[in-house]
Amino acid sequence: MKEFALIFRLKDISDFKPSPEQMQERMNWLAGIASQNKLADKGNTLLPFAASAKTVKPNNVITDGAYTEIKEFISGYIVVKADTIDEAVEMAKGNPIFDQVGGSIEVREVLQRD
Amino acid sequence: MTAVLCRHFGLAHIEIAEDIASDTFLKASEHWAINGVPDNPTAWLYTVARNKIRDYFKHKSVFENKIKSAAKPVEIELEKDFEINHQIIADSQLAMIFAVCNPANPIEAQISLALQILCGFSVEEIANAFLTNRETIKKRLQRARTKLRNDKFQIDYLTAADIKTRLETVLKTLYLLFNEGYFSTTNNQLIRKELCFEAIRLTLVLTENSLTNTPQVNALLALMCFQSSRLEARTGVNGEAILFDKQDKSLWDRSLIDRGNYYLVEACHGGEISTYHLEAGIAYWHTTFTDNNKWEHILQLYNKLILVEYSPVTALNRAFAFSKVYGNEKAIKEVEMLNLSESNYYHELLGYLYSSIDVPTSIQHYTRAINLTKSKVEQETLQQEINRLLQISLPPFK
Repeated sequence: MKEFALIFRLKDISDFKPSPEQMQERMNWLAGIASQNKLADKGNTLLPFAASAKTVKPNNVITDGAYTEIKEFISGYIVVKADTIDEAVEMAKGNPIFDQVGGSIEVREVLQRD
Repeated sequence: MTAVLCRHFGLAHIEIAEDIASDTFLKASEHWAINGVPDNPTAWLYTVARNKIRDYFKHKSVFENKIKSAAKPVEIELEKDFEINHQIIADSQLAMIFAVCNPANPIEAQISLALQILCGFSVEEIANAFLTNRETIKKRLQRARTKLRNDKFQIDYLTAADIKTRLETVLKTLYLLFNEGYFSTTNNQLIRKELCFEAIRLTLVLTENSLTNTPQVNALLALMCFQSSRLEARTGVNGEAILFDKQDKSLWDRSLIDRGNYYLVEACHGGEISTYHLEAGIAYWHTTFTDNNKWEHILQLYNKLILVEYSPVTALNRAFAFSKVYGNEKAIKEVEMLNLSESNYYHELLGYLYSSIDVPTSIQHYTRAINLTKSKVEQETLQQEINRLLQISLPPFK
């Protein structure tokens, strides 16, 4: 079985703090994957705020806050187990984040080292 | 008593300790039947045991000197003081629990050994509890004892380090011992209850020592108390399982629930949250009567539990809680993704969830569950449910 990282991106920093109901839905989704015994790593949520995030660039250029492309930024990741990337994509599709605030999930196969 | 004697003899001579203990109790049953129970039965028993130890050493030294005059060094110190007080009894029991729960042995062997050495069960009783025959249990115990002897675990002095490395294994064994009673397939109610209460007794021993009185231990004890509060209510007169929803709540044991609450509070000192905490939390919500978001709390706890540790049982229980919060249709989708179609519980749960939506499919799943389970009682309970469904589905609406 292969492993895939699901990398979450949000559109706007104001979407970062979910309501209790939204949180509950996300937990249900995550626990649903764990219930299938397909969660390899429950990953982490990454704080995007200026005090908790900096981006380091060449020539000692340091910017405050999460790296953003337009306004989208990475808010966290998990690692799932799946036979194919399509199966991992199916899992990602079930994430409530799309209905809640939009954003995107990048699905990336993890390189297996021996 | 075996535990106290072992402290004296060392684990390598557990058979001698057991022989002396059973001799002592035999003598007690004869003597007490004629002369009545003495004022201090414990002291009486240990005095007899002490004398028996002296006799044993006398014989042994005669044997060693006269017969084996090659004079191999005597393995056991002869004149170690044999002293008994409450503290020593408690410490010995604790040490014995730690000795028996040896990760070198497979878990079923640890449980069998715990039942025999710590709880005084006969081979017959253990075989009944595991629904297997005496020979299997005998062999299992023999192998386990050999490993125990070779392990050289220091039983006379438990260090904080020993406790730290082995506490996890000890708790797992006690947890499974309890589950063996609570969920076992044997229909013998007496044995099941006894297994549960023995597990509680041993866990209580852990709370009485400051080194082992950890939040985890208290959480496990709380879990056991909450679960056993329903022992009377969850089994019908014929040994059939009564589902949670249909239990007579007046049969729930209030005092055990109160004990559970007490230990759950004790378990919350320090920020540590173990799986026992989560399970105790779930069990706590099951003991409450009001429906105030009860199932939402339970679902949240199951969500956390499955993230810490996957097990098919947790996955199915979580899906049941999910159905209580979000309804059967959404829950069916969750369950059908679980990939557990070889489990009878999986089909029971689907049978239950479909029963209000699609009766033929429900019956299909119940039938599959009947074919998969080995328990007679469960088969009958499921068959009754099918018969009920057949009746309400007449005339066929699909």
